[in-house]
Formats: sequence, structure tokens, C-alpha cells
Amino acid sequence: MLMSTLASLQTGDIATIVSIHAEEALHQRLLALGFRCERQVELIRKASFNGPLQVRVGTTDILLRRNEAAKIKVCKQ
Amino acid sequence: MKRVALLGMPNTGKSTLFNRMTGGAARVGNWPGITVELLYGKILLGSDMVEIIDLPGIYDLHGFSDDEQVVRHFLHDNVPDLALVILNATQIERQISLLLQLKQLNMNLVLLLNMSDEAKKYGITIDSKKMSELLDIPVFKISGKYGTGYPEALQAVTRALRYPTPGMADNLRSQLEQDQHIEAEMARVLKQAVQIPARLPDNLTEKLDRIMLHPWLGLPIFFGIMYLLFQGIFLFSQPLQTGIAEILSWLRETALAPLLSSLPSALQGLLLDGIYNGIATVAAFVPVIVLFFLLMAIVEDSGYLSRAAFLMDALMAKMGLDGRGFVMLLMGFGCNVPALMGTRVMRSRAMRLLTMLVIPFSLCSARLQVFVFITAALFSASAAPVVLFSLYLFSFASAIFTALLFKGQFKNSEPFVLELPPYRFPTAKQMILRGWLEVRHFLQRATTFIISGVVLVWLLTHIPFSAAPASAGTLSGIVGTLLHPFFAPVGINEQLTIALIFGFVAKEIVIGSLAVIYGLTGSALSGALAHQLDWVQAYSFMLFTLIYTPCLSAIATLKSESKSTGFTVFSLVWSLALAWLVSFAFYQSARALGY
Repeated sequence: MLMSTLASLQTGDIATIVSIHAEEALHQRLLALGFRCERQVELIRKASFNGPLQVRVGTTDILLRRNEAAKIKVCKQ
Repeated sequence: MKRVALLGMPNTGKSTLFNRMTGGAARVGNWPGITVELLYGKILLGSDMVEIIDLPGIYDLHGFSDDEQVVRHFLHDNVPDLALVILNATQIERQISLLLQLKQLNMNLVLLLNMSDEAKKYGITIDSKKMSELLDIPVFKISGKYGTGYPEALQAVTRALRYPTPGMADNLRSQLEQDQHIEAEMARVLKQAVQIPARLPDNLTEKLDRIMLHPWLGLPIFFGIMYLLFQGIFLFSQPLQTGIAEILSWLRETALAPLLSSLPSALQGLLLDGIYNGIATVAAFVPVIVLFFLLMAIVEDSGYLSRAAFLMDALMAKMGLDGRGFVMLLMGFGCNVPALMGTRVMRSRAMRLLTMLVIPFSLCSARLQVFVFITAALFSASAAPVVLFSLYLFSFASAIFTALLFKGQFKNSEPFVLELPPYRFPTAKQMILRGWLEVRHFLQRATTFIISGVVLVWLLTHIPFSAAPASAGTLSGIVGTLLHPFFAPVGINEQLTIALIFGFVAKEIVIGSLAVIYGLTGSALSGALAHQLDWVQAYSFMLFTLIYTPCLSAIATLKSESKSTGFTVFSLVWSLALAWLVSFAFYQSARALGY
């Protein structure tokens, strides 16, 4: 069990969301897309040149930037 | 008339369904309480005409994005008799929250589970009867794409509309905040009615993405697709454009000119060279807009546009734009008008305005014609490609500089968190409908503006009628003389200033206008230009032409898409100022260096 953020995961890692530390607008959007505490996330791939991440939550694939992913604390299995 | 609002999350096929319901007879309209325009259509349900409004796709009724606020304000000020909620069956476990939020408002609801065919492939089974019992609202599985389940759903809507409208609470906001109840209800319904496998099976989308989003193959594939798209649009539209131009000029020569020959020559000129040419200018854009949106519909509906955002975001984020903006910027190199219209895919207004500010700097095919002519006249065959290439560099540099300079003013408040939909096959009907709707939109919005502009320029270059057209004696000549102190420091003479006034209408007519101004055509005109100008003046003129303003049609589109005269004026003033500064810097430093 390793605590880290979504941004620091490696491709293919599966982790559990521990907490989300985002401002109001981002928090709402993340909640609506299925990011909730205790849910599993999988890092599918990272874009080149420090670009965004592709993350899978439930049945949905989501793109988000690394600085936004850094606001999501996860626990790696 | 009863009012039905179409509601759902983005990427649920809501617009496809809307188009199917209205059969392409949709119109754009304004509504109380909101500033954006929405599509609506009127259809016959049972024995009554019903108005259907396509609301923007939202994730959350509580949200603070532009679209989420639009939906809330719309519902508040235009309480519908029924909300038709469309959810994506493959993502039912998170999308159902939106439905429950709406249910809390005591609205009259009918639920449609779209893409139920796709859900089946994922192994997701939904018991719609059970769900209907639990929710106490009609639930239907449909496929918006193929139209299955659609007649039953319409019947249910007709039935539901017979009930009187339940009053909608005024304290909308406070009601919307009861998240906890929603979460508990979500869990209850999902647990009893939906089964989802723990891990989704490896499907086609995954396999395709392994190639399309490959760390180092992804970008070359992206540019390859962009190249094909670009070629597809502009290769096919060129012969169509020529064809339309030929038909219009044939009509003019055989029918209109003889018909009007008894009128005074000034009135003939106004009708034929003013108004009729204005119509021809508008018509010239029709093929390119249709083709652009036909092909854009493929890129967008297939799910590739979100992938482009993924690939290009690293670069575009630094400029305050996103990857979708880059696609539009590239398309602007063919024609700015559809590229400006295409920015509608961006839901954040600030980012959309910034993208619209940047697109007019894309060196479009009309400007290229001017540059090819002047380059051929003034530069050697070996220097010409370098000159043209340098103009493309200036085009990119102006766009990047503008974005960097103004990204603080157009600060994007929306987080970049996008859904990546699975790849889908776009249907032909959807593509054709899109092309048709966009062309109609352009014609409705821009025609008057463009024709007035063409007439105005005709008047400027012909009044007083005693002077030779576009000569120093006309209004345009007087304007040219007045503007001379302004253009002298950038090396642009009075004749070229008049050509710039023409270029305001369309870049295609700049060379034609020079022919009128100089009274020469073809190689004689090239010779005269080469005799009168040196390469520094010519290059300065080309820089100014590149940057100062795309054309009247682009300005009309800018105005109709931004719905802000202030923004349109700002964009115009900024590009004029930038054009002057760049030409000035180039001209003066070239002269200082002794050229």
C-alpha cells in the first residue's frame, strides 16, 4: 500500500482514490465523471511531452492534465 | 404550445436524437434568462404541435461550467412541460445521477437509455422495466443511431404530456444541493437493476487507441489525418467553387446583364457589381462549409477530436488553448470561415473567443493566391518558395504571439477534464444534416453583412461616377490619400492602399482590383508591379495583407459566432494594429540595413 497522487502513477497502475483536493469547479466536474473516494482508477496512458493523462474510472475513460491529477490522492495496490 | 426539453450528459447522442426527432427542421432561437442560442424544432405529437429544445449536454445540474448554468437558467425561466432525459447506457452507473437530480425538481420526466446496443457488447444488462418501477418514470432503451425503440418512446412522451405540468420550485438552487440523497438513491437503483462486469473486456477502441495514441506514432498519425482532411476539404471544394462561379457569371452575362441594360450605367453597376457580386461572394463559401462540416462530423462523431486534444494538449496548454483549438487553427489554413464556426465544439466561452482571435491569422487559400501572384512578379523562381514559406512562418508566429499575449484576458475557467468516448462510426445522415445545418446557419447570419460590405466597397470605388473606377478621383482614392501618412512608413503606396480596401471584402479580388487600378492584366500587371515596387515594399504589402484582416465573410462569421460586436471590433483593431507594427518593423529595418 503506497500513498501517492494520480499524477505520479505509472502507465498500467491501478489505485484507489483516497481524497480529492480540488477547487469547487474542478471538484464538481470530477465528481460528475465518477471520481469518488474509494473508487478504483487505472492509468491507461500518458501523452508525450508532459501532456495529459488518460485515466479509467468505472466504464469511463477520462483525459485530465497532470497538475489536475496531482490534486487527487490515491493509494496504490 | 407544450414544451419538451432534451437533457443529458455530453456524448450521449443527444443531438443525433434531436435531429432524428425534428427531421432536420431545427432552428436557432433565443430564450429568456440565457444569452446563448439553442436549437429548437416543432413536431406533431399525437394531435398537438410540441416544441422541442436541445439543451447543452451537462454533467451535473450543480455545476458551474457555462453550459450547466445555461441549463439551470433555462429550466428556471422556461419551465418545460416535460424533460426528455437521454443517458448513455454504457455509462449508466454514473450518468443516472443527472436523472435523479432532475427528478428531485418534481419535473415531468421520460428517460431514454441510448446506445443500448453498445451496452450489450460490454456485457451490461439493464432491466428497464425494473428501473422504471424503481424510478417511477417511463424508461425506454433506444438506439439514436439506428432509430430502434424510438416510436415507443415518442408515444410515451405524447402520453406524459397529457398530464398537467407540475409546478417547479422557486428554490431551485437549494433543492439541487441534496447530494447525499442522490448518492443513496443511485446506489439503490444500480444495485437492483444494473450489472456491470468488474473489468471491461478489451475492445476495438482499446486496440485502436494503442496505435492512434501511441507515444511516438500518435503525432505523425494526427498530422497525417489532418493533411488528408485538409486535402479532402479543399481539393473537392475548389472545382465546386469554380463551378458555382461559372454558373453565376453565365447567369449574369446571359440573363441579368441584357435585362438590366436599359437602366442607367451607375445603377447597373450597383446591381451587378455590388449586390450580385455580394451574392456570388456568399455562394463561394457554400461548398467549403458543407465539405468542412461533412468531414468534421466524421472527426468529431468518431471520437477522434478528443484524441487530438490528448495528443496536442501539451503544446496548446502553454498558449491558453486546447488541442481542439489546434485542429481549427490548422483548418483555418484552408479557409477561416468554417474554422471559426467549428470552434463551437469548445464549451468554454473564454477559450473559444481566444481561439477565434487566433484563427484569422491562418494564411488561408485566398491569401495564398495573392502571395503567389506578387511573389512571381517580384522574386526569382528560386527565391519564391522561401518567400512563401516565410509568410507561413509569420502566420504561425502572429497566431502564437496573439494567444500568448491575450491568454490572460481570455482566461479559461473550465478545468481540462474531458471524456474520451469509444470510437464510433458516424452515420451518413448525421454528416449530411450537419453540413446542411451549418450552411443554413452561415447563410442566415452572414449574407446581409457580406452583401452590404461588397456594396459599400463598390460605392467607395465608384463614387463620383464621373471618375474612373478605383482611380484617385473616387472616394477610395481620397481615402487612400488620407491614409497615405499612415501607410507611407510601411512602404505601401496609394494604389496598393486601394487594393487593401478591396481586400477587406475578399482576398480573391485583390489581384483583380489591382488590374482595375492599374488598368492592366496578367503579365502586363506583373511587369508594372515589378517596375513600380521593390521587393521590400512588396514583402511589406504581403505581410500587411496576411495579418490585417481575413475578409468580410470571416468578420461576419466572427460576429455571428461570438455574438459580440465588441469582440469583433477588438479582433479587427488588434489585427490591423499587429499588421501595421509587423510591416513597419520589417520595412524600416530592411531600409535601415540598406535594402
